[in-house]
Amino acid sequence: MARTQGAMARFLDSDIWYSFTRSPITVASAIVAFICIGGAVLAPWIAPHNPFDLASLQLMDAFKPPAWTEEGDPTYWLGTDDQGRDVLSAIMYGARVSLLVGFCAVLLSVSVGITVGLAAGYIGGTTDAVLMRIADIKLTFPTILVALLIDGVVRAALPREVHDQIALYVVIFAIGISNWPSFARTVRGSTLVERNKEYVQAARVIGLSRSRIMITHVLPNVLGPVLVIATLNLGFAVLAEATLSFLGVGVPPTQPSLGTLIRIGNDFLFSGEWWITIFPGIALIVLVLSVNLLGDWLRDALNPKLR
Amino acid sequence: MSDIKPILEVRNLRVEFPTRRGLLVALDDVSFSIAPGEVLGVVGESGAGKSMTGAAIIGLLEPPGRIAGGQILLEGRRIDNLPYQDLRRIRGREIGAIFQDPLTTLNPLYTVGAQLIETMVTHLPLNPAQARAKAIEWLELVGIPAAAQRIDSYPHEFSGGMRQRVVIALALCAEPKLIVADEPTTALDVSIQAQVIALLKRLAREKGTAMMLVTHDMGVIAETADRVAVMYAGRIVEIGAVRNVVKHAAHPYSSGLMGSIPPVSRRLDRMQQIDGAMPRLSAIPKGCPYNPRCPKVFDRCMVERPELMPAEGNLAACWLYADGAPAAEAKHHG
Amino acid sequence: MADATPMLETRDVARFFDVSRPPLQRLLAGEGKRMLRAVDGVSFSIPKGTTLSLVGESGCGKSTVARLVVGLYSPTRGSVIFDGRDLAEARADSTQRRRMQMIFQDPYASLNPRWRVRDIIAEPIRAFGLSKDKAEIEARVGQLLTQVGLSPLDGAKFPHEFSGGQRQRISIARALSSNPEFLVCDEPTSALDVSVQAQILNLMKDLQQRLGLTYLFISHNLAVVRQVSDRVGVMYLGRLVELAPAETLFETPRHPYTRALMEAIPDLDMTGRQRIPVGGEVPSPINPPSGCPFHPRCPLANDRCKAEIPAMMPARGTPQTLVACHAVEEGRDRMGAPLVEAVG
Ligand SMILES: Nc1ncnc2c1ncn2[C@@H]1O[C@H](COP(=O)(O)OP(=O)(O)OP(=O)(O)O)[C@@H](O)[C@H]1O
Ligand SMILES: Nc1ncnc2c1ncn2[C@@H]1O[C@H](COP(=O)(O)OP(=O)(O)O)[C@@H](O)[C@H]1O
Ligand code: SF4
Ligand code: SF4
Ligand SMILES: [Mg+2]
Ligand SMILES: [Mg+2]
Repeated sequence: MARTQGAMARFLDSDIWYSFTRSPITVASAIVAFICIGGAVLAPWIAPHNPFDLASLQLMDAFKPPAWTEEGDPTYWLGTDDQGRDVLSAIMYGARVSLLVGFCAVLLSVSVGITVGLAAGYIGGTTDAVLMRIADIKLTFPTILVALLIDGVVRAALPREVHDQIALYVVIFAIGISNWPSFARTVRGSTLVERNKEYVQAARVIGLSRSRIMITHVLPNVLGPVLVIATLNLGFAVLAEATLSFLGVGVPPTQPSLGTLIRIGNDFLFSGEWWITIFPGIALIVLVLSVNLLGDWLRDALNPKLR
Repeated sequence: MSDIKPILEVRNLRVEFPTRRGLLVALDDVSFSIAPGEVLGVVGESGAGKSMTGAAIIGLLEPPGRIAGGQILLEGRRIDNLPYQDLRRIRGREIGAIFQDPLTTLNPLYTVGAQLIETMVTHLPLNPAQARAKAIEWLELVGIPAAAQRIDSYPHEFSGGMRQRVVIALALCAEPKLIVADEPTTALDVSIQAQVIALLKRLAREKGTAMMLVTHDMGVIAETADRVAVMYAGRIVEIGAVRNVVKHAAHPYSSGLMGSIPPVSRRLDRMQQIDGAMPRLSAIPKGCPYNPRCPKVFDRCMVERPELMPAEGNLAACWLYADGAPAAEAKHHG
Repeated sequence: MADATPMLETRDVARFFDVSRPPLQRLLAGEGKRMLRAVDGVSFSIPKGTTLSLVGESGCGKSTVARLVVGLYSPTRGSVIFDGRDLAEARADSTQRRRMQMIFQDPYASLNPRWRVRDIIAEPIRAFGLSKDKAEIEARVGQLLTQVGLSPLDGAKFPHEFSGGQRQRISIARALSSNPEFLVCDEPTSALDVSVQAQILNLMKDLQQRLGLTYLFISHNLAVVRQVSDRVGVMYLGRLVELAPAETLFETPRHPYTRALMEAIPDLDMTGRQRIPVGGEVPSPINPPSGCPFHPRCPLANDRCKAEIPAMMPARGTPQTLVACHAVEEGRDRMGAPLVEAVG
């Protein structure tokens, strides 16, 4: 109890918190990101409508413009789409899917990247050379291309129903697997520095195993930069997912993400129903931008040399 | 002695670092002067403010550090309040700087000759050909063998000791009036150290250059300096002729410092040590800053801060030497 | 009474490092492999309860010896024997491994910044399974902290909250926590201020007396070495050039390099003695000079020195001293006279 209080006090007194409060843009993006993420996570409880409850959908509500326009309906703040779904609620549910994919993909990249980077940096020699060449090769393929490739293979290999069921995981895998090299390189770089420090040698003198030294000693000291890249990567992953969904190879339409919403809405852009695609688009930009700004700040705050 | 005008005079220098945790006073009321041809050694524990004093004189305080009070005079002219451009000119022409790591001072992309020639052409009325001849002379003077051949080498082709000698040549070639040398030999091996020290000392003498020599190595000070200033927690606690300070330090901190240097000439059962550690800048105690560690502390030390006062031939900031100090009497009896 | 088996013995131990350029570049430039001989044939032994110091200039291989001795490097040649057993065999056995520990030079890099001090100190206790009981470990950590002059309450802090000297105390507490008998100390005070150095050296001496420790002590500072050593080895370019009881070495140094080092020490007593610099530079261990590695800088060098590597043998006059120098062997080393005449 006293200890958590102490930790809280320490945090409020820390340089990180200080630099945070000193940067209005960061505070603003933190608030925006918090609202976006909160809205997405809590969508089933706070969304004004349930866009996937077929019983509540009414076709006569379709194509309603935003509430503040002349023909707007105050129950649908941001209007409705071609099937009468509330755009705001669809965005909240969509962001939920986008963020889920983003988080999981980043988690995957981080785990693969840390494992590879630690092993390459700590073991060195041939292991290092081989792992880093693989990372280099991986980096020369654009994320989208890899994702399309994986998606294509899975589609070809599995029957349609099975594919739809696991489509979400395929997307997560495809995005996650293409981003690990940046984590691996950063972790390897920091590991090379840390492994020569004397505290690691002290652990080796005691005779601890390699893996134990890597996990208990080196890992905690290389996590700082990983956190920064992870934050920046969350934005990229959400964007990548949106791109894939926009191209029609992402998450299945039964669980539309922000990207799916934009694609669906795109068909109506030129017939005048702009809100169906613009609002999900704005939501996507705001979400990615705020998360990236947070990442930028984190990078500066954790790197005293840049200040 | 007083009829020779000092080259450098520092009066009541105060350097502050405004931080979010409050104002840190890194240097407080630092005063000293250096005469032509004189070497002033500056010693003290790390963090005592030695480098900071040098940086303030050269005008290279790292922001947010700033001179918050006092004056720095070079040949009677104030240089602490000059605009950046003027200061830069003075820094090359009239003040030479030598730092601990020779690699950071030399530009790896240019030959040592090019760097020497550029410095001289900028600051002295020489054409490049004359400067080149002069550069070779300088390299010979600092003891680079076959200087005429090596003048076109790059810094990385020299060993650590040779690089430091090139740095010395670079600092001296514009014939500055003052040299600020911050730990010039710390990165060097003992055997090379002796070469560099001997060189610095000789050049300062011959050219009448004033030198401020910052180091934590008392041996180097004892050999090179004429006078020595002992710093503690951002203040000068004792200043005097080097022989007197080393052999008869008046301030309890200086005598502790001298006493804790292990002798090579004999083995001690137990070395004299100063207990505790120097306070952080944010927690300098009231009264005498040395009072938590001082074996001779008495009540006045806890409340009043001592100024430099005459003490056994030196100047020391210690209440033991104030007139009528109870401990001073006790000391004479004991 | 005293156990005659030395705590540690090295026999002609050597360690080379491959510093060649990558294979492709090497092929293009048509050059062979380049070997850096960091340590090249070093033999010494340390009797139990005593201190052997190694001195020498930076890059002469002191730290490499230290790492060979605790098993961080494996020898390229020769062997290290720990209490009568081959080191590799001893280190495979955790009850033996526990008996040796190391203290490092840089107090800022030798403690994991993310760990609390109590976890740092308890790590060897846990790793060697010396105790599993939480309360017992905590008590032991408190006792260790007290032993090195800190407070048990300091265990809850992180390393960055301590000064250099205090961190070195924490390092010592960590090293002591597995009840070792043999400590390898690689420049334990080189990064510290003199006043703090005296604290740490006093502490190390006290601990040695109290716990009967054996030290391998590494330093480039002769004055420090004199304070702590029973015997001293002087290294130059990967080799031992002189090995003698401390008093003998400091009173009558024999090898020209040792004598030059002594003369290069600044004169704090200000006797007016002129300090005579050793001329020349430390050569590269990649291309060591032929014959005696010191010959390019040695005022006594002759043709034999350029061709033949001198072996360690008892010195005439001071038979306790082992020295590798032809001049000493031939009796032309001007013992007692200055090595070089001071040039007026
Ligand atoms: N892992 C390594 N790879 C290549 N060279 C090495 C390695 N470790 C040490 N060396 C080289 O071996 C030589 C001896 O190094 P060592 O660290 O033992 O020197 P030292 O006497 O301890 O010097 P210092 O006082 O600077 O610590 C040096 O030339 C060094 O550059
Ligand atoms: N950028 C900075 N901000 C705050 N304090 C500083 C800064 N740089 C140096 N200091 C403090 O100023 C004091 C004097 O430093 P310095 O002159 O470098 O010491 P020395 O050279 O004697 O080792 C130290 O306590 C140091 O921590
Ligand atoms: S003033 Fe007092 S505390 Fe300070 S050094 Fe002198 S005797 Fe010690
Ligand atoms: S062997 Fe020859 S070169 Fe080497 S130290 Fe002795 S005299 Fe000098
Ligand atoms: Mg300094
Ligand atoms: Mg070393």
